[in-house]
Amino acid sequence: MGTTPAILVRQLHKHFGSLHALQGIDLEVQQGEFFALLGPNGAGKTTLISILAGLTRASSGSAAVMGHDVVKDYRATRTALGVVPQELVYDPFFTVREGLRIQSGYFGLRHNDDWIDEIMAHLDLLDKADRNMRTLSGGMKRRVLVAQALVHKPPVIILDEPTAGVDVELRQSLWAFIRKLNEDGHTIVLTTHYLEEAQALCNRVAMLKQGRIVALDSTANLLKSIAERHLCLRITPDALPAGLAARVVSYTEGLYVLALDHYADMEGVLAQLRESGICIQEMELTQPDLEDVFVQVMGAS
Amino acid sequence: MVGFYTLLYKEMLRFWKVSFQTVLAPVITALLYLLIFSHVLEAHVQVYPGVRYTAFLVPGLVMMSMLQNAFANSSSSLIQSKITGNIVFMLLPPLSYLEFFAAYLLASVVRGVVVGLGVFVVTLAFTQLTILHPLWLIVFAFLGTGILGALGIIAGIWAEKFDQLAAFQNFLIMPLTFLSGVFYSIHSLPAFWQEVSRFNPIFYMIDGFRYGFFGIADVTPQLSLLVVGVCFVALSALTLILLKSGYKLRH
Ligand SMILES: Nc1ncnc2c1ncn2[C@@H]1O[C@H](COP(=O)(O)OP(=O)(O)OP(=O)(O)O)[C@@H](O)[C@H]1O
Ligand SMILES: [Mg+2]
Repeated sequence: MGTTPAILVRQLHKHFGSLHALQGIDLEVQQGEFFALLGPNGAGKTTLISILAGLTRASSGSAAVMGHDVVKDYRATRTALGVVPQELVYDPFFTVREGLRIQSGYFGLRHNDDWIDEIMAHLDLLDKADRNMRTLSGGMKRRVLVAQALVHKPPVIILDEPTAGVDVELRQSLWAFIRKLNEDGHTIVLTTHYLEEAQALCNRVAMLKQGRIVALDSTANLLKSIAERHLCLRITPDALPAGLAARVVSYTEGLYVLALDHYADMEGVLAQLRESGICIQEMELTQPDLEDVFVQVMGAS
Repeated sequence: MVGFYTLLYKEMLRFWKVSFQTVLAPVITALLYLLIFSHVLEAHVQVYPGVRYTAFLVPGLVMMSMLQNAFANSSSSLIQSKITGNIVFMLLPPLSYLEFFAAYLLASVVRGVVVGLGVFVVTLAFTQLTILHPLWLIVFAFLGTGILGALGIIAGIWAEKFDQLAAFQNFLIMPLTFLSGVFYSIHSLPAFWQEVSRFNPIFYMIDGFRYGFFGIADVTPQLSLLVVGVCFVALSALTLILLKSGYKLRH
């Protein structure tokens, strides 16, 4: 693969009337990445995706997909891009298979049934193939939306909250499928409010807040940036030595959560407990997760 | 080109799947007009020498049905797609605005012509018609449905709610079609209304279409062709400009 970034965004601004929805976004996603775009409701994730997809025009700045400018070279951009929209939309006139065939046709593909069948198999849609879209449940409609985005095997796939309203089983099969696509070389960008999904899947993360990128790094680095680890303890007697009081993060129903700056701090904590003749009933050391990072980043900025 | 064919196919499949409403219903409506008007007026009105009123009425009804259905096809398809949000399925792929325009326009023409044929076939039971100039007839059928199809695209893009589209239909399309000489020759109108009718493009569509049947009309077919042709080019250009700019489709 070349060195052209899959997505390149420079100083992107978007105004909706008086609302400044995107305030100078700079972003580069390399080919083959599995990238997460995170942020609270209204942060501007969908707006950014819409600009890349040509559904919305930027107020200023530039955006390119696989080296093609999204405005000047819109046909090449859209061929390179598969987008799963956030809104649960469908065409009530058609069956699942008709919809997928029509969508293939829009991308200039005529005989696409083999690939359509493969997508349907991965998304567990084969038994719904001839059902009218109107008669499908919400989660099933979401699967069809994912399928529609993939009919033309786009090198860059953007999924805007693909797992909202989707059951556990499909989430797992969906992510297995997307992961396989990523291994085959497709670039994946996803937004989700389930941060554990992003943490498990994505190699890099951007966090958006009010139209600005407030964190952009590899998932590993972001996790490392939170030095603090938590030690959960249940003890008898239920009385923490005074020397540990400064470490207490929370105490609920007999469960202490203590903050450790380094693993080495464990030694000291355990020593103090031993000296005070306290017995440990239950102990767990938790790793910081992306949610902790998210909360910290959103709180700080 | 595959994109264009697919969109055309999708639009035709859409109206065909609900052909009960999109084809049968307008044919029945036209039939009711024919029954009532010809019953009431047959004995009293003769517009052209040697042409019975029922025979005079049929081309007008056929054309009116074609025009209304051509408009209904593109406008209702677009507004439905916009309101349900599935318009994104057509905005995400690399369809050019020209393909988009041509597919919606042609689907409207096909729907109009199918309904027109239906009305024509049904009216054969009531009156015999000879077609003197089939070429004129075909030209006006295609241009007329094309104009209304383009107008439907414009209305569908512009309207944000169903009632805005209904207003467009009730305050523009309906008056223009009814005041266009479907049921009468404009020569039977008072001078003032005759003049007003001459500013109504639909009058020329119907007059030219009727010329195709009888070889007589209120104005010459060349004049009608000129007016209708200019309207077609102008509305098509306007539609293409709107589509290219992304007006109301891409914020
Ligand atoms: N068409 C529009 N007109 C006006 N304002 C809009 C429009 N689309 C989005 N906005 C506003 O832009 C801001 C960003 O919205 P956006 O949908 O991009 O957020 P998001 O990050 O996708 O949020 P969510 O997690 O809820 O999906 C919001 O304040 C929203 O109200
Ligand atoms: Mg969103």
